[in-house]
Parts: sequence; C-alpha cells; structure tokens
Amino acid sequence: MRRWLRDPLIWTGIALVALVVFMPALKPVFALLFPDQDRPLFEQDSFINLTLSHIGLVAASSAISVLVGVSLALFVTRPSGREFRPLVETVVATGQTFPPVAVLAIAVPLIGFGAMPALIALALYGLLPVTEATVAAIEQVPAGAREAARGIGMTPAGRLRQIELPLAAPVILAGIRTSVIINIGTAAIASTVGAKTLGLPIIIGLSGFNTAYVVQGALVVGLLAVVTDLAFDRLGSMLDRWKRDDVVASA
Amino acid sequence: MITFEHVGKTYGDWTAIDDLSLHVAEGEFCVLIGPSGSGKTTTLKMINRLIEHDRGRILFEGAEIRSFAPEQLRRRMGYAIQSIGLFPHWTVEENIGAVPRLLGWPKSRIRDRVTELLGLLALEPERFRDRYPRHLSGGQQQRVGVARALAADPSVLLMDEPFGALDPVTRDTLQAEMLRIHKASGTTIVLVTHDIDEAIRLGSRIVILDGGRIVQSGTPRAILTKPANDFVADFVGREDIGIKLLSIERVSDRMRPGETAEGEPIAADASLRHALSLFVARGIDRLPVIGPSGTLAGAIRLADLTGGPT
Repeated sequence: MRRWLRDPLIWTGIALVALVVFMPALKPVFALLFPDQDRPLFEQDSFINLTLSHIGLVAASSAISVLVGVSLALFVTRPSGREFRPLVETVVATGQTFPPVAVLAIAVPLIGFGAMPALIALALYGLLPVTEATVAAIEQVPAGAREAARGIGMTPAGRLRQIELPLAAPVILAGIRTSVIINIGTAAIASTVGAKTLGLPIIIGLSGFNTAYVVQGALVVGLLAVVTDLAFDRLGSMLDRWKRDDVVASA
Repeated sequence: MITFEHVGKTYGDWTAIDDLSLHVAEGEFCVLIGPSGSGKTTTLKMINRLIEHDRGRILFEGAEIRSFAPEQLRRRMGYAIQSIGLFPHWTVEENIGAVPRLLGWPKSRIRDRVTELLGLLALEPERFRDRYPRHLSGGQQQRVGVARALAADPSVLLMDEPFGALDPVTRDTLQAEMLRIHKASGTTIVLVTHDIDEAIRLGSRIVILDGGRIVQSGTPRAILTKPANDFVADFVGREDIGIKLLSIERVSDRMRPGETAEGEPIAADASLRHALSLFVARGIDRLPVIGPSGTLAGAIRLADLTGGPT
C-alpha cells in the first residue's frame, strides 16, 4: 500500500470532516439509535459552524497560552530573570488549580457572557503545561553544548535561537500538545457562558435529557482531539530528525 | 601571545586565583596542571572571558582582553572541552563550520575548510560530513570537537581536559595528533589536564598550579629534574621521575648510528621509555633501530639510556 494510505492522520482527518459535514445525513441513524427522541439530531446550529467556532476558540486561546507561556519560561531561564522563576511557577500552577468552570464563573460577572470569558479561562488554563514544558526543555539542553556555544563566541540571542530553542523544541511542542488537547476538551464547557462551541449540543442535550445531542457533540470533540494529537505527533517527529537512526555509524 | 599580570579571582571569601602572573609565548604548547580546585580551569576560562577576573590584567596579543567584546574575543580563540559539547542537532559539517559561520565566511570557503580539517583529524570527509554527533564514537566526536576549535584558524587554542573522558587508546592517538597539529600549524595552545603523563607528553611548558597559585613553571625536563618543592615532586610522581624522563626523549636522541644488533627493531621516534620496556621484557641490552623510511639506522644499548642527551 502507498504510504499515505496507511497514515492514520489522513484517515481520522477525513472521518472528522465527513462527520461534521454529513451530520444531517445521519439523522435516520440517530432516529434509529434513540427511538424515544422527537428530535434525534441537534439542529439549532450546523456542526460546521460549531466546529469552526470551537477550533477558532481553541486556536486563539492556545496562541495566547503559547506566546505568554514560552515568553515567561524563556525569561525565567535567562540569567536576568532567574530570580522570578519560583514566583512565575507558583502563579502559573495556581492558574491550573482553578477548575475551568470556576474561572468561567468568575469571568462572567467581570466580562459578561460570550467568547471573551471563555478565551481568558482557556488561555489561563493552557498556560501551565506550556510554561512548565518550556522551562524543562531549556534546562535539559546539554550543559556541554551550552558551554561550547558560549566558548566559541555565540551571542546570547544567537545561542537561544540556534542552540537552545532547536534543542528544546520537541519538549516545548509536547507541552503545547498537552495544552491544546486539554483546551479542546475544556472549550466544550465554555458553551455554558455563551461561547459557541461543540459543547453546545452536549450542554443542551444534558439539560434536556437528549442523549443523542450529547453523543453528537462528544463524537466530534473526541475526533477533533484525536486528529489534533496525531497532527502534533507528526510535527514532533519533524522537529527531532537528528535523533533518528537512518544514518548508521560504523565505528 | 597571552600575558597574565597579577591576576586574581575571588568567589565570596574563597580565593580561586591569587596573584597569578604568566606569559604564554606565541607557538607555545602550555599545559596547566594541578589537583582539583587548583584553579587551572579557572585560569583557562579567564583567557576567553567565560570567567571574568577581578584583579590584575590579562593581555591577548598585547591588548587587554576587556577591550574586546567577549564574543569577538572568543571567535579568535579555539575552544575544546572535555564534554566535547558538539551541537547534537547539527551535522559534523555544521558543527565544524560554526565559528566560520559566525565570522561570515562564504559557504564555499567553509566547506573547503571543513574538508581540510576532517582530513587533518583523520576522518574521511565524505563519510563523516553529514553525520550527526550521536552517530560517532567518543573519539570521533572529540576529533570533531578539536576540528571545530581549529576551524577559523584561531591564534590561540584553549583546551579544557579535552581527552579526559576518552579510553586510553583513543586518548593516546589524539595526543599524538595534537602534537602533529601543533607542529604543523604552530598555533599557540593552552591545555588544562590533571594527567601528568599527558602534560609531559604534550607540553613544551608545564605550569603547575596549587591553591590558585603557580607552584612551578618550566619545560617537562626542568619540572622532572628540578622540582621546586615536595608538592611538585609528589605531583609528578617521585619514584617514576626517571621513567617519565625517559618518556620525553626519543630513541633517535641516543642511538648509535651504523651499529647493528639482533632482534626485532624499535622505531627511531619511539620514546626511550618504550626502549627500556623492550630491554626489560626481552632480557637483552641491545636493540636495532629503524629509521622513518623503515631501513635499519643503527642500534641502542641499555647503558645509553642513562647517558645525557648527545
């Protein structure tokens, strides 16, 4: 078989798109599975809209998490920022201990309903994995490489760009991956404060005892998480090509 | 080339380096040696400002090292360390070309230089150029480390226990190659080690440090024959001094040209220590000697080992 045919990323990707686009066509199936429901398919909004909005919210919040998290981690691993490290680690960890529902509940009276409180809650929630992974990633850069980089006359910026970041990239990416996957799940809860996400059919389904809605929302969220995870896996193996064994040493 | 004038370095209330004055002349192979905590590595790292001294002056090619930006200074000095410190995500070629790239050399010139250096360090260019460090043995990695340090034709090569982590056979080969490279290039080398045999073998001058001060500085012969005090005598290994003296001289220095002897010959450039070992192991008192071309050049007698240099 050709290589791309065996690629799970492509297959799950196709499955996700097909499920989202052809959900209305599955109405008879859900009618069969849930014979007690008058409305076996969530139709208040299209799944295409919900999915795009869900992805948009996760992308925006993750972008903030990554930008802030990586910057904070780089700052506290520089000689000038080292003293702030315990403070930053505590604050970021505290952000994670708040349940996202609580953050949403606090954000609503301050900011109001809609996508904004969801964005803030998700960005805060995704900060810890990114910051922690980046700090760990920078610290595991081999001391010898660090010393050699200094000793051969690389500038601090050059060392960061050419040595530290490329060597840290796989671990940083793992942190981003965790953060994004968590946020794909958490974004569903954001429907409770009025953000349009795939959580909408789940929330409405739960409150209206419509299991069909819950299943439809959960299926798409689950599949979205799987596809995203596989995509990160692919990206990760591109970043540490130098670790692979396709060049064989002979001595 | 490098001059220390009353240099000092203090960490808190611990004096790492105390009033150190030293001149390393151009072309010298200067070995800094001493026990742990003697300040040898600190001394080396002060030269390229990885550690900043707090008292006195350090001059590089006549100018105070503080008058250079640290990065500019370091790019003019080669630097090789025990952990080698190759960049694992860069190929051998990229690693060796690191300093030339920083200096903005054109690509073709870097490539030629890498080819030349791989050849110089006995690594076949086309086989090793595109490999990543993790696919090399420890000895090969250190060769690449040395090649990287030599890449931009530095006027000084700083080496911090570069062969400390290698097995004895590889270390021996690399020491021989360092001697050859030093002879061929005339680069000034400052090397830190804690291995007295390495110091005697490589150094044109040995500087013995203890407690942040220079205890003695001189040629290997001077250190061995006239140790300044008991510390130096102990450090160079009191009872081995004779053997070590033999290790710094060649068979060719004492050979009797034209004389013949029976048995398996010894190479003219072998050390007298090697010759002694053969005398003892074979229970003989004469050895034939072959020259570099492989022809018999003469013979050496056991008694010749104790005579002065001729």
